[in-house]
Amino acid sequence: MGGSLERERWPPAFRTRDSRNPGELPVGAVRGTRPKRVDANGRPLYWNGDMNMKTKRLRLCIGAGASGTIRRPLRRWLVVLVGIVVGGLFPFQNAHGSDPTTDTELLKLKRAVVANYAAVTSASYQDSLAAANTLRTAVDKFLAEPSERCLRGAREAWVAARVPYSQTEVCRFYDGPIDQAEGMINAWPIDENYIDYVADNSQAGVINAASKFPVLSRELILSLNEKEGKKNISTGFHAIEFLLWGQDLSATGPGNRSWRDYAEGSTNADRRRAYLRIITELLVEHLETVAAAWNDGNKGNYRSDFIGLDPDAALANILKGMGALSGPELAGERLTVPYETKEQEDEQSCFSDNTRSDLIYDAVGIENVYRGRYLAREGRKVEGPGIHDLLLRVDPAFAGTLAAQIEKSVACARSIPQPFDQAILGTSPSPGREAVKKAATALQAQSELIAQAAKVLSIKLNL
Amino acid sequence: MSLSAIKLCSLVTGALLLTALASAGSDSPPGIPAPESGEELSGGDTTVFDTSPKAFGFPARNVREEHRAAFFVGHSFFNENWVAAPASTAGRDGLGPLFNARSCSACHFKDGRSRPPEPAQPMVTMLMRISIPGLGPHKEPMPDPVYGGQIQGQAILGVPPEADVYVTYEEVTARFADGEEFSLRTPVYSIRNLGYGPLAKDVMLSPRVAPAMIGMGLLEAVPEKSLRSLADQQKRDGAGISGRINLVWDGTAGRTVPGRFGWKAEQPSVLQQTAGAFVGDMGITSSLRAEENHTARQVICAEQPTGGRPEVSDKILHAVATYSRTLGVPARRNWTDPTVLRGKAIFALANCTACHVPKLQTGDWPEFPELSNQTIRPYTDLLLHDLGEGLADNRPVFEASGRDWRTPPLWGIGLVSKVNAHTFFLHDGRARNLSEAILWHGGEAESAREMFRTIPKSDRNALIAFLESL
Repeated sequence: MGGSLERERWPPAFRTRDSRNPGELPVGAVRGTRPKRVDANGRPLYWNGDMNMKTKRLRLCIGAGASGTIRRPLRRWLVVLVGIVVGGLFPFQNAHGSDPTTDTELLKLKRAVVANYAAVTSASYQDSLAAANTLRTAVDKFLAEPSERCLRGAREAWVAARVPYSQTEVCRFYDGPIDQAEGMINAWPIDENYIDYVADNSQAGVINAASKFPVLSRELILSLNEKEGKKNISTGFHAIEFLLWGQDLSATGPGNRSWRDYAEGSTNADRRRAYLRIITELLVEHLETVAAAWNDGNKGNYRSDFIGLDPDAALANILKGMGALSGPELAGERLTVPYETKEQEDEQSCFSDNTRSDLIYDAVGIENVYRGRYLAREGRKVEGPGIHDLLLRVDPAFAGTLAAQIEKSVACARSIPQPFDQAILGTSPSPGREAVKKAATALQAQSELIAQAAKVLSIKLNL
Repeated sequence: MSLSAIKLCSLVTGALLLTALASAGSDSPPGIPAPESGEELSGGDTTVFDTSPKAFGFPARNVREEHRAAFFVGHSFFNENWVAAPASTAGRDGLGPLFNARSCSACHFKDGRSRPPEPAQPMVTMLMRISIPGLGPHKEPMPDPVYGGQIQGQAILGVPPEADVYVTYEEVTARFADGEEFSLRTPVYSIRNLGYGPLAKDVMLSPRVAPAMIGMGLLEAVPEKSLRSLADQQKRDGAGISGRINLVWDGTAGRTVPGRFGWKAEQPSVLQQTAGAFVGDMGITSSLRAEENHTARQVICAEQPTGGRPEVSDKILHAVATYSRTLGVPARRNWTDPTVLRGKAIFALANCTACHVPKLQTGDWPEFPELSNQTIRPYTDLLLHDLGEGLADNRPVFEASGRDWRTPPLWGIGLVSKVNAHTFFLHDGRARNLSEAILWHGGEAESAREMFRTIPKSDRNALIAFLESL
């Protein structure tokens, strides 16, 4: 599988300054070949009047005429001096201290950062896959013998699976492997009444539509996802969540679906069991595909292509994931929108009330990539150079600023009270709302700093 | 000068010239005007630089802090499904009972444009406006007595949808001047499975795809007098182009104002357009449009629960309007390429620029400083033009006749294939690519089309390359 690589670079002609604006070209630069004109004394004029440049002032006339009083030896050195000064100006179109593009040490470090990012990402997806497998085992156990205890076990496994998965969200937004599968894995919010019964309609959903959908199969369920509009979601984490918890109609806790929904005697229990089994299997399969794309040693997979990219292109992707998750997704969609609407459904894991934890691990995921480290299962550590190390080389003060902001965002996410859907209620300045707003502000600022980091590293990025 | 000094000078100069040659861009072809400085910034300071499938969905580059929250909220409500009432998601219910789509993004997918249905499939992301002859009290079209002003093909559980609309095409072939054949397809619509009895005998139909969302706010910020002076200029030029402003009814203001949004420029503002789309396309009432989209004769619809009065709050409605207004316009690509420049020159030579006006200035809009005083390149005059019999829908709307269409903006048109994975153009998506779209131009645009049909193939390709760069 593997995603399609966005190898397109912005056309080289694009610059914020028009490259043909002669005012920007250094003195003495003329296009064309050798000078063709000579002055009255037969000495060459270094100005080709045929070029359509409004650069009379660039004319560097060596010879008689206006500068006839400059003595010959002096003129000779004048030319050389001007040439050296001018020649020296050329590579410095982006001067700020050291020049990143010609620093080979920096290039080596960039490659190391990219390689380590791949390692961190791969470990995160491996963990997500392992946790999804644990979830599947727990679900199978529950479905084999529905009981309160087994339902609780399945719910716990779901919550545990969210921890590594949320840390992988930083790998989204640059058309990598996850971007193609994300709609099947983690799309939200979902239309409850598209999948199963809801409080006001006991007949709702595919599960209860036995006449319209007599056979619940993998293919049917896959085809229903994202049909006719973005959010007819029927697979993925949140579909499973809905089937394990049911609607959250309580102010004091999460959804509270009974295990009996899956036991003989309940309407469509067999269809519900089939649906849950299928979508849990699908989750594992989809994660398998994404993990394989990032696996070390799979020849020709996305990871090998990614590492082979021009380092600046790979870094642009890395920063894009960090920035897009921080700003539009976390600060915007997941914090500002529920803050403004106070709508319960606008929280990421609304059935299980797991949103706060999701947010924390989303922010941690960004920190992982920034620092180049990931704390895997069983205490294993993946460590290496990260974006921080790159920034330290180029602008240590800025590196410190961004590092502090990222730490702050994680802290702000942690300080949101549980559960999230209650934190947003009430009137500002309630403690919950203040905490949500603070987290949104911190993550928005973080997104802007990440955009700035791209500039500091001379990397083209659009957030 | 001594020999060694000459050598040194030559070396230095040679190095300079080489680097100068390498760093400078390509030269404009002889006779073709050089690109204008900044012309790639189609949206002025709002321009975003992205060529991915998400290119239409970024906030304006200069979006103000105070609009950021509204942008996020508007984005959310634009993209997420609305659900039937009553639902635990009280802020997002009220869909229907009759609707065309569950969310704005279902048709304006990724803030882009929609397309006609696959063969033998009913219209899903495209809609059919209907009316009967006559004018309403504010000169608006008269709705069908049973089905209203638009066919809604979907309904909530327990309510019959209005109808399925199908389209088939009849091919018409013709030739370019150089002998190459081309084929255009004329749509033929059929409305089946009517849920509420027959349509009026003299019903008029107008099929409409969803246009892209970019640049709406900028277009709204173009002063009315600019549009008037464009219309006057066209009359004075006497080249057969005569654009007119569509004077339409503004429900909020309670008077007739110039329209500029929609295929026939029938909406005066983004806010009105948004409220109209909410109720017409999704059955969601607002304080601006408090009546549902069904008629009194569709009794079962009136019996359905509502999602509140109104179903979308003012706050959310304004957030969606702000979102629509502050979407960034993607920058042009390859605008200095010699072929593109040649195409641009041909575009002007053929007088396409008379209606697809390349450059406009926005005025002062205190509520939206990010949109104010911008130089924008939308390639539209926002005026109505007679485009001939072939494209006519024969359904007048306010001052627009059955042959009139508003000049659509061309910015972003080269990215539609990337964002929406199709290249269907014109109001009903009948053109399968840009070349066909041009070949459908008639009426005032007849001579421009004829120029396109008669110029050599390389010139046609250059023109298309120019359009793809927009």
